[in-house]
Amino acid sequence: MKKLFFAALAVCALSLPALAGEATLNAEDPVIEQRLTNLAEDLRCLVCQNESLAGSHAELAEDLRREIRTQMKAGKDDKQVIEYLTERYGDFVLYRPPFKPVTYLLWLGPLLFLLVGGAVWFQTMKRRRTMQDTPVDEKQLAAAAKLLDEK
Amino acid sequence: MKRWIPLIVFAVLVGFFAKGLFLNPREVPSPFIGKAAPAFTLPVVGSAEKTFSPADMQGKVWVLNVWAPWCVSCRQEHPVLMGLAQSQPVPIVGLNWKDKDREAEALLAQAGSPYAFVPDDLSGKVGIDYGVTGTPETYVIDKAGIVRMKHIGPIDPDVWKEKFEPKLKELGA
Repeated sequence: MKKLFFAALAVCALSLPALAGEATLNAEDPVIEQRLTNLAEDLRCLVCQNESLAGSHAELAEDLRREIRTQMKAGKDDKQVIEYLTERYGDFVLYRPPFKPVTYLLWLGPLLFLLVGGAVWFQTMKRRRTMQDTPVDEKQLAAAAKLLDEK
Repeated sequence: MKRWIPLIVFAVLVGFFAKGLFLNPREVPSPFIGKAAPAFTLPVVGSAEKTFSPADMQGKVWVLNVWAPWCVSCRQEHPVLMGLAQSQPVPIVGLNWKDKDREAEALLAQAGSPYAFVPDDLSGKVGIDYGVTGTPETYVIDKAGIVRMKHIGPIDPDVWKEKFEPKLKELGA
C-alpha cells in the first residue's frame, strides 16, 4: 500500500514540469524573451482588451508577440517596437497613454481634483474660523439666558 | 443655488458614464484614417501566379474587406456583400486573413464570391500592418490610395447605407 502511495506521488511529481511548461517561453534567447515580457506587460491585447499582450492567449496576441520578437531580434529597441505598434493600432495599444493634448485632462485630472478639493477645504476652514470670531453682545447673551430659564 | 452644486456635478458624472456605457469598446479609432494604405503584395486565392497589391487599384475608390472562412460574422455579412457585388458601387477586395485550413477557395466556389480579388494573407502579417484586431473589418480607400474610413464588425444594409454610401459619394466613387 505504501509502495503504491509513493508511486502515485512520483507520478504527480513527474507531471509537474509538464504543467509548468505552459508558462515557459521560447527559450532561444533569454534576454529577448525578458524584454518581450517586460514590454508586453504594458501593451494591451486588442482582442481581450483588459488583458495585457503578455498574458493573453488570443491568437492575435500570439502573432503580435511573434512580431515583436522578430523585430527585437532584428535589433530594434523598445521605443521602435512601440512605435511600430502605435502606428498600426494607435495609442489604444498602450496601457500607459502618452502625455499629449488629448490626454492632458486624463493625466492632470487628479491634480485638478486635488486643487478643487483643496480650495473647497480652504474655504470651509476659513468660514469656520470667522464664525468663531463673531462676537456675542450683551443683548444676545441676555436673550439666550432668558430662553434657558423658560425651560 | 450653492447647495445644487453637488447634484449638478453628480449629474455631469452620470452623463459621462452613461455615454461611456453605450460606446462600443471594439470601435478602436484607426490611426490610418487620412494616411496611405500600407503597401503589400500577396498571392491571390485560387491562382498560383497572380498577385494583388493595393497599387493595382490606383485611381479607383475601393473597399478592402478583411474576412476569413472561419469567421462567423463574416458569413453573416456575406449575403450583403453579394448584393453589393451585383449592384457594383465599388470593387470589393477580400483579404483572406489567416486561413490556416485553406478553406477560402472552396467556400467562395460554393457560396459565391463578392470579391474582385482575394489576396491570401496566410501569416496575418498584412492584417497586422492594417491594424486588424478581428474579422470582419472593412476599409474604404480612395483614388489616391489613402484610407478614408474603417468599419469594425459585419456590414449590414443599414451600416452600408448610413456609413459607407455617404463616404463613397464624398470620394466620388
